[in-house]
Amino acid sequence: MSKIRVLVGTRKGAFICASDGKRQQWEISGPHFGGWEIYHIKGSPADPNRIYASQSSGWFGQIIQRSDDGGKTWHQPGTPAGEPTTTPDGRPKGESNKFVYDTSPQTGKPLTTHQWYDGTQHPWEFKRVWHLEPSLTDPDTVYAGVEDAALFRTSDGGKTWHEFAGLRGHGTGPKWAPGAGGMCLHTILLDPKVSGRIYVAISAAGAFRTDDGGKTWKPINKGLHSAYIPDPGAEVGHCVHRIAMHPSRPNVLFMQKHWDVMRSDNAGDSWREVSGNLPTDFGFPIEVHAHQPETVYVVPIKSDAEHYVSDGKLRVYRSRTGGNEWEALSKGLPQQDCYVNILRDAMAVDTLDPGGVYFGTTGGGVYVSANGGDDWQAIAHDFPPVFSVEVQTLK
Amino acid sequence: MIRVALPSHLRTLARVKGELALDVQGPPTQRAVLDALEQRYPMLRGTIRDHVSQKRRPFLRFFACGEDLSHEPPDAPLPQAVATGQEPFLIIGSVAGG
Repeated sequence: MSKIRVLVGTRKGAFICASDGKRQQWEISGPHFGGWEIYHIKGSPADPNRIYASQSSGWFGQIIQRSDDGGKTWHQPGTPAGEPTTTPDGRPKGESNKFVYDTSPQTGKPLTTHQWYDGTQHPWEFKRVWHLEPSLTDPDTVYAGVEDAALFRTSDGGKTWHEFAGLRGHGTGPKWAPGAGGMCLHTILLDPKVSGRIYVAISAAGAFRTDDGGKTWKPINKGLHSAYIPDPGAEVGHCVHRIAMHPSRPNVLFMQKHWDVMRSDNAGDSWREVSGNLPTDFGFPIEVHAHQPETVYVVPIKSDAEHYVSDGKLRVYRSRTGGNEWEALSKGLPQQDCYVNILRDAMAVDTLDPGGVYFGTTGGGVYVSANGGDDWQAIAHDFPPVFSVEVQTLK
Repeated sequence: MIRVALPSHLRTLARVKGELALDVQGPPTQRAVLDALEQRYPMLRGTIRDHVSQKRRPFLRFFACGEDLSHEPPDAPLPQAVATGQEPFLIIGSVAGG
């Protein structure tokens, strides 16, 4: 029988929740890395026991952790547990935490500036890894989206990381600006059908695509409209909160923007709004059902000034028509005095049938629906504020 | 030997308990102590000093012998009591809430 493993990153550590395919009874382990911010924790599709975690702190910076046994034990990849911490010739290992922008003449780009909150220019400074996206085929290859926005990759299991400088340096960088959470690259979508195609999204710059494996990039923001930038239809500057795709048709993208839910049917070349009858189209996460490519989930938030759900009610909204027509899903969710947010990486789906949907809240709740959103139950009520939720469907 | 006290999160990362004792080559300075620390515990590289600039991370402080050495030049000699192992070199996380 299939099993489910839910990987939860929180403000004070990581938790791993396990269940059988019924998804009713849950065993919880953690906190792992207690006291640290775990922005993201995600397993490899090619080897589910290989899990990567981004551990960070304002005091001590960025740490990359890796598990090879499904989250039971962890180590920093540059310094495997029990192995010497130096190489035979005496050089220190431990480069797994080193994220340095590539400014080399051969492959890099000059470390330019981006727009600061007040409109002045500000130098690029690495702060943390927001999102880890393991390769679809190789457990040792992982992409990392970082703040200040850039894309890194490891191909040695997390021991060393190298920037795809063509994104940061492709030319529009001086127009990028930080959102309220910082200038982060938070979304990485690996196209399962078109080799070399990767989508990323940056707050507040927009969405970008490469078709050559990361060497060159172009903004894909045509059709986005953002009233908070001088030219609402500008090529870059949009605060894209999240993009989702269904693996069966990766040229169809769904986007939750700062305001507006958008859809593209041509790999991001153009977008159209599908907010439809949503009570508010501000929000952070967006997800697609594992078996129904036209079924999309969002969690509307009251406004950009009030980052909590409306009317004290926690409601997921589902469209079965690829947008425009949305229905509220609330059975089993708090329906009074609830004022939480759901962050952009804190929603996920499993691949069981019927398909499950999961999300975590800034109030520390983690919820599951084992029937596509019709009914919900809590996996946990009182975790620290949830930054990210990922799901592994295990055979 | 130079005694070094780490904050608890860094002790966890380094998988050590209590104070460390480091054999520091040359005159004991902040730089020499941190070089020796990172050589022996490479998982701490980047957690105390920036990977590239080698500057102290802003929310960490260096104390010893009842004094704040955080803003001393990295190559200034450490107090004699630290150099002789009588007093520890303290790496402290600043009190910043959270």
